[in-house]
Amino acid sequence: MKVALLGNPNAGKTSIFNYLTGMNQKVGNFPGVTIEKKVGTCHLPNQQKVSITDLPGTYSLYPKSLEEEVVLEVLLDKEHPEHPDLLVVVVDASNLKRNLLLFTQLHDLGIPTILVFNLIDAAKKAGLHFDKEVLEKAFNTTIVFTNARTEEGLATLEQQLTSPKDHRPTQSLWSSDDVTPALLKEVQEKYKLKNTYWALLLIHHFEKLSFLSEENKNSLERLSLQHGFKSLPAQSKETVQRYELINEITTNSIKKKEGDGSEVVLNKELDILFLHPVGGYLIFFSILFLMFQAIYTIADYPIQWIEQLFAWVGTSLNEQLPDTPLTDLFTDGILAGIGGVVVFVPQIAILFGIIAILEETGYMTRVMLLMDKLMQKFGLNGRSVVPLISGIACAIPAIMSARNIDNWKERFITIMVTPLMSCSARLPIYTVIIGLVIPKQQIAGIFDLRGLVLMGLYLLGLAMALIVAFVFKFIVKAKGKSYFIMELPNYRIPRWKNVGMTMYEKSKTFVWEAGKIIVLISVVLWILAYYSPDGSRTQIADEVKKDNPSLSTDELANKIASVQLEQSYAGHLGRVIEPVVAPLGYDWRIGIALITSFAAREVFVGTMATIYSIGSEDELTVTQHLARAKDPVTGEPMYTLALGASLLIFYAFAMQCMSTLAVVQKETKSWKYPILQFVYMTVLAYVAAWATYNVLS
Amino acid sequence: MYIKSIADLQVGEKGTIKEFQNEEISLKLLEMGCLPNAEVEVTQKAPFGDPICIRVADYQLSLRRREAHTVLVQ
Repeated sequence: MKVALLGNPNAGKTSIFNYLTGMNQKVGNFPGVTIEKKVGTCHLPNQQKVSITDLPGTYSLYPKSLEEEVVLEVLLDKEHPEHPDLLVVVVDASNLKRNLLLFTQLHDLGIPTILVFNLIDAAKKAGLHFDKEVLEKAFNTTIVFTNARTEEGLATLEQQLTSPKDHRPTQSLWSSDDVTPALLKEVQEKYKLKNTYWALLLIHHFEKLSFLSEENKNSLERLSLQHGFKSLPAQSKETVQRYELINEITTNSIKKKEGDGSEVVLNKELDILFLHPVGGYLIFFSILFLMFQAIYTIADYPIQWIEQLFAWVGTSLNEQLPDTPLTDLFTDGILAGIGGVVVFVPQIAILFGIIAILEETGYMTRVMLLMDKLMQKFGLNGRSVVPLISGIACAIPAIMSARNIDNWKERFITIMVTPLMSCSARLPIYTVIIGLVIPKQQIAGIFDLRGLVLMGLYLLGLAMALIVAFVFKFIVKAKGKSYFIMELPNYRIPRWKNVGMTMYEKSKTFVWEAGKIIVLISVVLWILAYYSPDGSRTQIADEVKKDNPSLSTDELANKIASVQLEQSYAGHLGRVIEPVVAPLGYDWRIGIALITSFAAREVFVGTMATIYSIGSEDELTVTQHLARAKDPVTGEPMYTLALGASLLIFYAFAMQCMSTLAVVQKETKSWKYPILQFVYMTVLAYVAAWATYNVLS
Repeated sequence: MYIKSIADLQVGEKGTIKEFQNEEISLKLLEMGCLPNAEVEVTQKAPFGDPICIRVADYQLSLRRREAHTVLVQ
């Protein structure tokens, strides 16, 4: 059996989903579109297993955004893989009237429906009293009162899920008699629909519904013209009538004692603070600032433990296992690659955790308000703040979240500039390079210099995103109008379980998705760096010994290792591209890393780890390896400030991510835009890195 | 009778919705609970006076000045 969770945004759907499915969740996409789909399994009290889908938040069945269209599609297409057998409609009990609009529409589809009054504690606090029996009768449905935060009522909900048939609506709440009954009758007969409202929705939305064939669309269009059907006035009439119905029912069954109003006052005061023309921006930037400090300082300890653990495992395996190429492949190739991924989990978890907290508390919508006017000057929209801030975590979900922007031009520009925001895959590179070329220092006694540099890089990404957006504003032609009608949820304490769940899910996805590519590339790279077209490793070693009879054992071992790498396949490859990257200050080793990280930038660190650890006896961390690297000409440390800065700038601007390009292609339904994005970012990165290197050296 | 739009209200001022001047915007607003004869109160304005926050049907909604201009109140 399939259950779908539906409701307005902010009604608490996600908490209920997390309770019902626990750790049995899968995050994927709806077929054909890149809208996040969360599906999980729930074990009911009668041992039955049901599949639960958390559908995107919706205000009505008249979609105003692409996310809302997906919901309509799932509901109206009986062949859709997620088409539900039972609807659980979650409403915010403290904001009932608007929430019930969607419920009455869903109810009238005739699919078994359970109505969940969530956030019941907040409603009671506001002085509301509900007469459950009267409400159930009037709305012709089963009602469950819950408070997802304390898990109150959720067991009752689970119990109700066991008997879907009991929840089938017996009559429609709203009567469609006002809108051309003859037309609806014809549609019902043609598509064999028992339900009148279903037929009406087909007539309203046939142009948008992808499951209808061209033929069906044409015939629906003909019918609608024949009967002189006008979608917009009909929709507005329906909405008003449904609200009248809701008003009538709720006046009889809900009593409102004057609440203490404390929540309204608190909300007002917080809004005055957070939307203050000066204070509001100061608070926003302080929050961002603290976020980066937290990423650096808190994550530092677990990172050290992980690094030490992997170094220890590598060293002990090297000692225990026989000295064969296979052992080397395992410790220097695979293990070094995995270590390079796992080490960034603490930082990514903290980043996603903080973003989740900002969303949970309701602060994120205030940031949109704060930034809307400003963003419009750059051709963006207040809602672009979410993609831009999420872009700090990963450009892929960030670009998808741009679907909330209903204006095509603003959405397009947001998509084009979001990858300039420094994503978590850049974080490994930043961390390693900053650790290498920026001294560990305290500024003014409290701020960590490295943390400041890191924040500077993120700000640089933001500044460049705005500059590029500003340029696009004049190039791109406007299509359609831009709206900013948005609910402002009340401030509330984050539900920590949801925050924890986000941190866990996102870290897991990062480790799996990035891990797969990184391990694969590490193995290929190890093979390329281990074998040589110029003879076997022993042959090369023997030659080096013959040519340098005077060297000590240690020096000789180092010399052999570096000659072996230079003469390997990877070494040859690196030499080919060296002339191209030499103006940026890079040598052939970095050249190899640039090539391997072409598809995914997080591979850079793993590649450096593999290249530098081959041939070395002890397992060091990447930073330690790089710190030891010497310039072959001068003998000075290879990684100077100029080289480090050049690398940082290159990675800040370069479009080194295949997955992002693929998503941009899907979202814009065109190849032109991802190609344009790739070209402009690469040129920008190259020129900026070249300038940086030449100014600093 | 003197009629003005939501955009003309000061923070703290209340009004009753009388007319929508843009059909598309009105559909979104109706859905969000801004019904004819509903009472709205401007609760807050973002820096530079745009967007505007209003309280309607017991919750808060934000809209741009441009959109607020299309809703006439009394």
